[in-house]
Amino acid sequence: MRVGRLTPWVYAAPMLAVVAAIFAYPIVSLVRYSLENVGTSAYVPTTFAGLANFRFIFSDSLFVGALENNLKLFLCVPIMVVLSIILAALLFDRPRGWKVYRTLLFLPYILSIPVVGVVFSYLFTYNGSANETLRGLGLGFLAKDWLGSTTWALPTIMFVIIWKELGFGVIICLARLMSANEEYFEAARVDGAGWWQRLRHITVPQLVPAIAFYAVVELINMLSWVFAYVYVMTLGGPQNSTVVSEYYIYEQVFQNNVIGIGAAAGVVLLGVVSVLIIARLRIDRRLAAFAYE
Amino acid sequence: MSELASTTGRATVAARRRKRRGSVGAVARHLVLIAFSALALFPIYFMVVNALKTNDDFASNATGPPHHVVWSTFRGAVTGSDMGKWLLNSLFITVASVAISTALAALAAYPLSLMRWRPGRLVTSVLIALMVIPPIVLIIPLFQMAADLGQLNTYRTVIAIYTGIMLPFSTFLLASFFSTIPRPLLEAARMDGAKTWRTFTKLVLPLSLPALATVFIVQALWVWNEVLIAVVFLQKDSLRTLMVGLTLFKSRYQIDVPVIMAGMLVATIPVLLFYLAGQRFFIRGLTAGGTKG
Repeated sequence: MRVGRLTPWVYAAPMLAVVAAIFAYPIVSLVRYSLENVGTSAYVPTTFAGLANFRFIFSDSLFVGALENNLKLFLCVPIMVVLSIILAALLFDRPRGWKVYRTLLFLPYILSIPVVGVVFSYLFTYNGSANETLRGLGLGFLAKDWLGSTTWALPTIMFVIIWKELGFGVIICLARLMSANEEYFEAARVDGAGWWQRLRHITVPQLVPAIAFYAVVELINMLSWVFAYVYVMTLGGPQNSTVVSEYYIYEQVFQNNVIGIGAAAGVVLLGVVSVLIIARLRIDRRLAAFAYE
Repeated sequence: MSELASTTGRATVAARRRKRRGSVGAVARHLVLIAFSALALFPIYFMVVNALKTNDDFASNATGPPHHVVWSTFRGAVTGSDMGKWLLNSLFITVASVAISTALAALAAYPLSLMRWRPGRLVTSVLIALMVIPPIVLIIPLFQMAADLGQLNTYRTVIAIYTGIMLPFSTFLLASFFSTIPRPLLEAARMDGAKTWRTFTKLVLPLSLPALATVFIVQALWVWNEVLIAVVFLQKDSLRTLMVGLTLFKSRYQIDVPVIMAGMLVATIPVLLFYLAGQRFFIRGLTAGGTKG
């Protein structure tokens, strides 16, 4: 549509103004804070700190441990991808009641993290339903205080994250399969290909773009959106074993009042996320080339 | 024609179903789907059965149905806390921020998708990149800014932040929906002498009602469930949102789990009803990025 030179700007201006206020200005400030000892009152003025905040966080075992925990959370992603593919493939054959299954499998994704977190923290207590089920199956020796153990608290949080995010992957993969050409699947069936063969040679290749999208979105989630799980289920404990970078930043800024240090950690987090953004753009370009072949 | 196509489509599906019925594969398929659906549903089951128990009943029987049903837990949950107030707070914040964000996003999506606008491509890439910025890094400077302006503990601030954080996603999504409007329709409107604004209000918006509903619902779900920003910016008990209130609720009623479960259930039912009523909007909005390419 051909319009006057300024017209597009007039329509976009309110959005651009709000985005500048909420994203651009804070990011510039964040970088400035990370180089300062930010003052907390008139008696403690702000001074220039150079790279001292960065030196501090990289020598702080809590921050390094938090980053490691984020990396461990990345392990959720391959599990979610594999389960999503299998469940989407099962639903795609449209077994009786597949729409009901789809509704139920997607349900966890819309529940709120506080609700989910609180319910699971009761399920995973020493006398909770999870251990009761294990004992019922004769696996009582596996029972433990899941969220109270430094070894098991993070894997338990990972279980809850997978539980909640899996439905999203199933829906994305299923939607992709349904928009794909039926002929491939029909042809393979006519040729007498078995379920696994069809999955390997037809379903998975069809799903590549959807899987790439889901994997990158979830990798970013594991860095940027896991605060609520930790806040509700463990508050970083026991013994800081479940502190993730978001929670570290939150504690430094809002509990310990050392804004410069939190900001430096924020800059590092932003750096890691940017690598993923670039990776995502690369993936998209490669996929585009793949699609033209 | 399309009726015919859908009839043959249904016939193939039915044929496939017939062929599989009774086979071991079909049974295994249903077992897997039933197991995952049960797992997805279990926390809701847990909330329901335990909300109807007395505390003693819960202590001896955390997993099974109640020995005899009690309803007083709901009274305890609603009258023993500010839950009604929190619910209204959440409702107000959600509706206000989602309405503003959708309006600004629609205005900006119009030039991005339908007008000849050179910087549009750049704006779109920036929006995509902003979607993955971790909120925690924005919150540090925004908190200082709000403190300097004396705007902590106000709904204004929280609504502005939610609006800003949602805008890249909602603008991008609406732009991709708008770009599917057939160009000849727009040209015809122009021939009839419609100005840019009239085309927007009389053609683009009415044609995009399902898209607007989708964007509205996806954003509303996010704001309703958000924790971090609500924790940081609304620190007075009377201003809390429902999700933050519920997190506090747990520590307050630590010993009376059935009351906590009743509270959680009351908070979850609106979301569940919303989901079941508008499922297709949810699914379409959440998968919009993943099925393309």
